Amino acid sequence: MRNTIISAIILSLFAIIGTALVSFTYDATREKIKTNQRMALLRNLHSIIMPDEHDNDIFTDVVMVNNPTLLGSDKPIPVYRARKQGKPVAAVIASVAPGGYNGNIHLLVGIYQDGSLAGVRVVRHIETPGLGDSIDEQKSDWILGFRGKSLLKPQKSSWKVKRDGGEFDQFTGATITPRAVVKAVYNSLVYFKQNRELLFRPMPEPMPDMRPIPDIKPGQKPADAQQETMQP
Amino acid sequence: MNNGLAKIARDGLWDNNPGLVQLLGLCPLLAVTGTLVNGLGLGLATLLVMMASNITVSLIRNLVRSEVRIAVYVLIIASYVTAVELAMQAYFYDLYKILGIFIPLIVTNCAIIGRAEAFASKTTPLNAATDGLFMGLGFTAVLVVLGGMRELIGMGTILAQAHIMFGEAARNITVQFSETHDVFLLAILPPGAFIGLGLMIAVKNVIDRRMAAKEILSQTQVVSSPSQA
Repeated sequence: MRNTIISAIILSLFAIIGTALVSFTYDATREKIKTNQRMALLRNLHSIIMPDEHDNDIFTDVVMVNNPTLLGSDKPIPVYRARKQGKPVAAVIASVAPGGYNGNIHLLVGIYQDGSLAGVRVVRHIETPGLGDSIDEQKSDWILGFRGKSLLKPQKSSWKVKRDGGEFDQFTGATITPRAVVKAVYNSLVYFKQNRELLFRPMPEPMPDMRPIPDIKPGQKPADAQQETMQP
Repeated sequence: MNNGLAKIARDGLWDNNPGLVQLLGLCPLLAVTGTLVNGLGLGLATLLVMMASNITVSLIRNLVRSEVRIAVYVLIIASYVTAVELAMQAYFYDLYKILGIFIPLIVTNCAIIGRAEAFASKTTPLNAATDGLFMGLGFTAVLVVLGGMRELIGMGTILAQAHIMFGEAARNITVQFSETHDVFLLAILPPGAFIGLGLMIAVKNVIDRRMAAKEILSQTQVVSSPSQA
């Protein structure tokens, strides 16, 4: 009996020490990690929308939207809004391409106010190295080809990879990955067209907007938003 | 004493290498070695955890009762891994994003708890630290060689994405061997990891056998030379 208690005390002692170590490290690194996540996202955002194209804080000017059919995720997805002198410039939708070869491909789809694409970037994917990963900007230029495209350019029937009769290149040995990305980008454009006005509603401040809009949930903190979508 | 430390070092690096001889921690070893930099990153993280946990386990070896020792070791290792994960997220964010799940998985690396139980819990902190350092280095070396090999054969580069570990200044140290972007997929995909590790183990065994043969040869010479004279 006595031995059991001593063992229990030792074990709990180490549990406490371990927890202390972890919480201390967490405290010491929290700010830095937040900055890192923010910087990484900003870098991606700014590769789509140039820093001089907007003057607002694109990182905090964000709405959470929910549309599983067009944006590919059951969870609310952040839309970052670029404005210049208060006027809407572009929206960057963090949509998800669900049909990748190895699961979800997380995208940033930047769309100018006129409905043309500012650019697309792949934020996170686990596609096959050497084949599907050519969607990654670091590996090939393919993803840059979306800039300037829109719902009308090309027409709907051409918003496919070449093998399906469209105008987007597939990769040798990998059709599924680009097919998924093309479809997700197209769907994001459709979503943008349907919701452009709502997306650019002024930020509800200081009180949260009381009007219930089923599609859009304003006022979430971007840090939480990122946690939710970047690390499911 | 010095001799003991040298033996410990030799064990970790070669004779009892965690990757090539003990074959422990294969899950991260095989999974992240797509490139040299990834291998190096995971290797160093493992090394840090192994040293820290070895020292701690050795320090408390007379304090912890044997009934709860494994639980205590797991607690210690898990705490260190979490701390390393957070630190990595803070200082090597890009690398962290690539290594992702394999950092927390260091907890389950049998090599670490294996050293804690089999070695560190029975020896002095100095020995334990040396063992952790050289076991970690041995593991890192295997990761780096395997990663470098797969990267070279698979993509024709060495040190691709070095900047995620060494900072922006290292962006240009990547060595590109083939101009085309052709890839040899087998090397990059999981089978390449198994084949590569198998080859490394084979090479190590060949070297060991040669060395053993040489030793026997030199011993017989020593024995036989006086009789010739």
